[in-house]
Amino acid sequence: MPKFQISRRRFAEAGAMLAAATPFGALAQETPRRGGVLIVAADGEPRNINPAIVASNGVFFMASKVIEPLAEMKEGGGFAPRLATSWEGSADGKTITFKLRSGVTWHDGKPFTSADVAFSALEVWKKLQNFGRVLFKELEAVDTPDAQTAIFKFAKPTPLQLIENALPALTSVLPKHVYEGSDIATNPANVKLVGTGPFKFAEYKPGEYYRLERNPNYWDEGKPWLDGIIFRVMPDRGAIAAATEANQIQLSAFSAVPLADLARIAKVPGVKVIADGYDGVTYQLIVEINNQKKELSDPRVRRAIAHAIDRTFVTDTIFLGTAKASNGPIPLFDRVMNDPQLAAPRFDVARANALLDEAGYPRASGGVRFSLKLLPAPWFEQTRQFGDYLRQALRAVGIDAQIVNNDPAGHTKAVYTDRAYDLAIGSPVYRNDPAISTTVLYQSGIPAGVPFANQYNYKSDEMDGVIAKAASEIDPAKRAALYRDFQQIANRDLPIIHVAEWTFITVARDSVRNVGNNPRWATSHWADAWLAA
Amino acid sequence: MNRALRILVTRLVGAVPTLALVVIAAFALLSFAPGDAVDAYFAETGGAGGTAGDLRARWGLGGSGIEKLIAFAGGVLRGQFGHSIVHNRQVLDVILERLPTTMLLMALALALATLIGGVLGIAAGARPGGARDRILSTTALALNAIPNFWLGLLLILLLAVRWPLLPVGGLQSLGVPLTGLSWALDRAAHLILPTLALGLGYVALSLRSLRAGMVETWRADHVRAARARGLPERSVIWRAVARPALLPVVVLIGQQAGTMLGGSVVVETVFAIPGMGRLAYEAVSGRDPALLMGVALTSSLFVVAANLIVDLLLVRLDPRIGAAHA
Repeated sequence: MPKFQISRRRFAEAGAMLAAATPFGALAQETPRRGGVLIVAADGEPRNINPAIVASNGVFFMASKVIEPLAEMKEGGGFAPRLATSWEGSADGKTITFKLRSGVTWHDGKPFTSADVAFSALEVWKKLQNFGRVLFKELEAVDTPDAQTAIFKFAKPTPLQLIENALPALTSVLPKHVYEGSDIATNPANVKLVGTGPFKFAEYKPGEYYRLERNPNYWDEGKPWLDGIIFRVMPDRGAIAAATEANQIQLSAFSAVPLADLARIAKVPGVKVIADGYDGVTYQLIVEINNQKKELSDPRVRRAIAHAIDRTFVTDTIFLGTAKASNGPIPLFDRVMNDPQLAAPRFDVARANALLDEAGYPRASGGVRFSLKLLPAPWFEQTRQFGDYLRQALRAVGIDAQIVNNDPAGHTKAVYTDRAYDLAIGSPVYRNDPAISTTVLYQSGIPAGVPFANQYNYKSDEMDGVIAKAASEIDPAKRAALYRDFQQIANRDLPIIHVAEWTFITVARDSVRNVGNNPRWATSHWADAWLAA
Repeated sequence: MNRALRILVTRLVGAVPTLALVVIAAFALLSFAPGDAVDAYFAETGGAGGTAGDLRARWGLGGSGIEKLIAFAGGVLRGQFGHSIVHNRQVLDVILERLPTTMLLMALALALATLIGGVLGIAAGARPGGARDRILSTTALALNAIPNFWLGLLLILLLAVRWPLLPVGGLQSLGVPLTGLSWALDRAAHLILPTLALGLGYVALSLRSLRAGMVETWRADHVRAARARGLPERSVIWRAVARPALLPVVVLIGQQAGTMLGGSVVVETVFAIPGMGRLAYEAVSGRDPALLMGVALTSSLFVVAANLIVDLLLVRLDPRIGAAHA
């Protein structure tokens, strides 16, 4: 089977060759052209596309063009100001002061002020948002001495680094005057968005498209370049690939074109495949383990499962080279927090068998030691395929994994509501800081019914202690050291197993420019995207 | 015509328990599926939008199934289908928005099946066993065996990508404002591929059943009589052979209305068309009982109506039907 390897360098070379081969190649000094409507494939229709409430990539993909966060990630690290122009923390770690951009107006013409930020933080991020409920738990008040200043006051010391890391994804600002006094969760503006972004929400035809129009009063003078963006609802991924080839859509993101089709579509003249612009939305492939299950409560058994997995096979065959093997709970992408010394359990079937023997589970008839229920998440083809692979890998060490397939609602109930599973395959998104998206998977005492947290019945006082200490450690060096400990404990106890980390692919026509130029490109503003004639 | 009237009345009365059963079955199946609307919502949002308890209270997910069924039935009698959780609007509004598209698609597919299937069926049955018949019958057999979604993708690859003649999907071209005739033509162009994907299987079906009927009829006495009268071959084929064979085809097409609805789920997905099929899928995946019951009720009404129309047609075509009743 010919394998299709994506390496950025190769894409860069291909891009350079393309630029050399075509007179209108994408060159750095090219002047952007104003005008044109970009047509993008959307493979889902989130029923609530308010990014301040639902911090998910499916929502950001559309909403980030309309509603803006305080800051965005920069290529190569650091943050670019959006609605906030600067921020600084106090010495005691209890206040963070944001200076806000002046001269910004909402799409309905009202001025953007610090009152909007205060309202969004206290009423929306803290109360309703999936990550914000944890992140802003200690936020007590937001003072607004003037229209351009918002001072966040926390009950406990809160690391500035943590809040900074949260700015791009978790601080979408809503207009107070639209939401105040209404039921925020059901406000019609959750679909008919009102924001400050480069594009205004124009129209939504359910099942057909979302239409955004250029915001002529955008604060970034002269931008956006595009007249508008249309997100065309296309539930069938095969059809998305065909529509790209036929030039009926110009862009699809998040690997909407199946990986298996990429090799073919990369050869189509006028189509480019881009791997950049997703580092800030790294997904992790994990084996979720119910630590309460008798066999799985033994760390030796969990370690044996980790040894049974051939990560190279996973990254090369299931992800066709678009993933990296993980070395622990924090992705390699996060160079600040990831411990490069950390090594995941290596692929070693003999060791796995020895551990299982040692744990007291000899092979019985048919070579089976014991049986488990395995629930692969239905979110991605890769989570399902990895489920099939894991079943075979476990077979080799005498564990009989019975696959149970559910649709999203059924899977959520089984794993996250009822915890009625033995093993599951999950795919959490890393949100740029372990305290935002990763420690919740290891922390005990999270109330039942909160999904996508520690559904694993894992409880370790040592782990909880490190997590709590790191949560209020404001010195970045000490904080990083604590997260080194966190990774060590996670890899020692293995309550869950991090297998791989992966990002996505954008497929676009050559005419679309400035694609993938920041680490969260697909979920960012697109104010500088433009269409060549 | 009182035969027709009698049929109409008995059918309409008989339809009520059928509709009730369909709705109850849809509701029961959804209740047995693991997970509820909140689980589906959390799966979509990653756990945002409030706590599970609050959402369940807000969406009225408590209470017993029986209570909900009674409430739904009461609503239907008052002309209300209740509130859709997935769409956050009245179910009836959502359905009325989607129904025309699916009706149009199915009407076109049925017309295609009847006309093309009829013509080709007569062409095949005119000389059973001939070269033309063998080609047509083999093609029909193949078409019958191809699953809808695959046929859809195949059509897209051939007629939208390889030879870019037609749009890949959707209902209209986006990003270009169209009016008047160009708007109508644009819409029509968007319907061609989905109609083919949905209808070609039924073209094959009606072709084969018409041909089979004609093969039977060739051996009948009245055909020999017609030949003996020295009628030209063409009119023998048409009047003596094809016409009697048309009856079962009409019945068959009418009976396919139900299965066609199932096929439309797949076709609407492949071609990104917002219709009833997609709505049914959304209702199930979002665990939205009111929406699913509304879709089930509307769809079964449609099937009952289609069957009724077929029966009334048969009354016109076949004098023996309904005559036994005094």
